[in-house]
Amino acid sequence: MDLNYTDEQQDFRTEVRTFLNKSLPIHICEKVRLGKRLTKADSKQWNKILNDQGWLATNWPKKYGGTEWDAIQRQIFEEEACLAHAPRIVPFGLTMLAPVLFAFGNEAQKQRFLPRILNGEDWWCQGYSEPDAGSDLASIKTRAELDGDHYVVNGQKTWTTLGQHANWIFCLVRTNFDVKKQAGISFLLINMETPGVTVRPIHLIDGEAEVNEVFFENVRVPIENLVGEQDKGWTYAKYLLTHERTNIAGVGFSNAALATLKHVAASIMSGGKPLNQSPYFAARMAQVEIDLMAMRTTNLRVVSAAAKGQAPGAESSMLKIKGTLIRQELSSLLRRAIGPDAMPYLPNYLDSGDNADPLNFEYAPAASPNYFNMRKLSIFGGANEIQRNIISKTILKL
Amino acid sequence: MDFNHTEERMILRDMLQRFMADHYNHEARRKLIASGEAYDKNLFYKLAELGILGAMFGEENNGFGGSGFDLMVVFEELGRAGVIEPILSSCVLAGGLLAELGNDIQKTIIDDVITGTSILAFAHGEPQSRYNLNHVVTTAETDEAEIIINGTKSNVINGKQANLLLVSARENSNEYDETGISVFIVPLDSKGITCIDHHNIDGTSGARIIFDNVRIEKVARLGKIGAAFPAIETANARAILAVSSEAIGAMEAAKTLTIEYLRERKQFGVPIGSFQALQHRMADVLIEIEQARSSVINLAGHLETKRDTRERYVSATKNLVGRVGQLVAEETIQMHGGIGMTDEYALSHFVRRLTMIDHLFGDVDYHLERFITLNVA
Ligand SMILES: Cc1cc2nc3c(=O)[nH]c(=O)nc-3n(C[C@H](O)[C@H](O)[C@H](O)COP(=O)(O)OP(=O)(O)OC[C@H]3O[C@@H](n4cnc5c(N)ncnc54)[C@H](O)[C@@H]3O)c2cc1C
Repeated sequence: MDLNYTDEQQDFRTEVRTFLNKSLPIHICEKVRLGKRLTKADSKQWNKILNDQGWLATNWPKKYGGTEWDAIQRQIFEEEACLAHAPRIVPFGLTMLAPVLFAFGNEAQKQRFLPRILNGEDWWCQGYSEPDAGSDLASIKTRAELDGDHYVVNGQKTWTTLGQHANWIFCLVRTNFDVKKQAGISFLLINMETPGVTVRPIHLIDGEAEVNEVFFENVRVPIENLVGEQDKGWTYAKYLLTHERTNIAGVGFSNAALATLKHVAASIMSGGKPLNQSPYFAARMAQVEIDLMAMRTTNLRVVSAAAKGQAPGAESSMLKIKGTLIRQELSSLLRRAIGPDAMPYLPNYLDSGDNADPLNFEYAPAASPNYFNMRKLSIFGGANEIQRNIISKTILKL
Repeated sequence: MDFNHTEERMILRDMLQRFMADHYNHEARRKLIASGEAYDKNLFYKLAELGILGAMFGEENNGFGGSGFDLMVVFEELGRAGVIEPILSSCVLAGGLLAELGNDIQKTIIDDVITGTSILAFAHGEPQSRYNLNHVVTTAETDEAEIIINGTKSNVINGKQANLLLVSARENSNEYDETGISVFIVPLDSKGITCIDHHNIDGTSGARIIFDNVRIEKVARLGKIGAAFPAIETANARAILAVSSEAIGAMEAAKTLTIEYLRERKQFGVPIGSFQALQHRMADVLIEIEQARSSVINLAGHLETKRDTRERYVSATKNLVGRVGQLVAEETIQMHGGIGMTDEYALSHFVRRLTMIDHLFGDVDYHLERFITLNVA
């Protein structure tokens, strides 16, 4: 056992921190710090800055323009980026689709799509879930029928995160109705500008519309947009899920949220003393910090096992559950800390780049929306109940 | 002992429940809020006609209720329907204070409150006060025949929708003292008042109100100089009973939606309600809601007892209802999956309101600490 980072790893951390201090635009940093809403332009700007530095694709091989960092380096980068209030990297192209293309895409697809993910020409979204296929993903009904050298796609996807910004969607579609559910699914890349694609926003409980419904009506998709073999899509989808889970614990986010919470609890006064001296609130904060300290090591244990060539298996379900509970608790405590000022809903402030008067404390307006938004963590990416089922079956063998 | 409501209250409850089911729904409320309105004026007047506002006052003030169980019955139904109309602010908080402190002339305002023609708001909380009722730094200085008010009030429930404000201000003593606080009747359109209106995340409305040398007559003071605190505490106790009852209604509504969904939503070829993992959690939700209901009954039954006894129930109830509210909100969202997070679905309103009720009049932690203090005292 050795809990220390190597000298190289520490140097790497310094290098990352220096870069972030120098390169993260202040208007973006401020929005992230205060939990405001990022625009598409904000995300693209930050992606470009990272790409110019060569640090955008942290999980890609060098030959495609990635960093080829190991899991510990990725973890360090993630932690530093979160503490510096850098925006979350939208994962759909970079960390979900790209690994599938590396493993199962043909050369033409790699040449065509990978550079455009890096340079920001394409914004991808994930078309898996459907109204009747959530946890039971294999029961998707959106169908793709071959017609000459095209698939004709009909059906509906839903909960498509940031689909309003996307010009491409990777979809699971049904290409065979006569076999077991899992055996009739294909992985198809669809240009969202194709006639017959309609995107409709879904307003969520936090007042934002970060997800969408995507409808397909006789959408013609060239056959060269099929990834791998027809009817093998379920295998690719499962492969993608293991990559979706690499940063599932969200330790970086939790570190940053804890830092914000401590700052807020030291600034807010209650009955003449700062909130962090109020015994019940202080106890709640300490409890989640203790959990996070252990979680960080749990995460590194799993991640470094994977770094030595083992794929994170069912252990990632453990990270997902504990990691999301900690993030949710931190968002709940921030809301609680803010007190009565967590009630006003101030969309203009949340959308604004400058510090338009938030009525009171600058951290107040985002606290409740963020708390409600964070409920999604235990629902998507395999709901926590589904993760518990996986642990029960795969690890406990029950 | 008898745990049934009186016949009159059951009639009131059934009538209100039926009326709300026929005249109110999530879609209508969403449209109203999106239009920028704070509440539905027609609905508010209809509720007044039905006697709902009058049920908040005792007969001595021309009402026909006013006791703890009246508040409980009415607010549970308002919570079940998800009402955002200004009943809490006007009839319970400010109206209660007026009934408690006002002289006969001042109390004539209550008649207009009962008919809905006058809306009151209680401007008490301040940017620094958090949940501490005694933390008042807004000042009231006497200048010959007039009183001059200076200070800022925040999160004044329905402040902008009111025509009259009841404003607390300090006439003497120090920042945290219970003595020295008075309450004044101040028209919202008085010179020197700036009122910034905002929606809250649960669709209700609040305001920040700034008083800059606002001059009022001495007759605008309710009661004696600097002696309003006990009445403020009483009004707050009534408001806590009201929002806790409202929370019970919202919990019941969230529970009903979730049970229906568990039966009807199918995944893996079966209703998700057939998964034991969800069944057990729904069973826990039911148990906790029953506990919350009992604690609200405890408070309603002790609302008119002596201060020390009452306040123990106030803090016990607000703590327990806050804990259960969070559980019900989080569990019902989770058991719905993605649908539970959509604004379009009625659950969204109930969980937002349940969550925000913990931010009104003291949260779980505040009332836990207070309960312990009251126990020691
Ligand atoms: C904000 C947000 C963003 C999303 N973004 C995307 C996206 O970009 N692309 C995409 O494809 N999808 C996305 N999703 C969809 C997400 O993956 C699904 O919501 C998720 O798979 C759950 O499906 P469901 O919502 O249909 O819930 P359901 O599957 O209907 O589940 C309802 C409840 O039943 C429980 N349950 C289901 N099966 C079992 C079981 N066997 N045992 C015990 N409990 C069970 C669930 O855990 C849940 O509590 C997003 C969802 C949200 C909320």
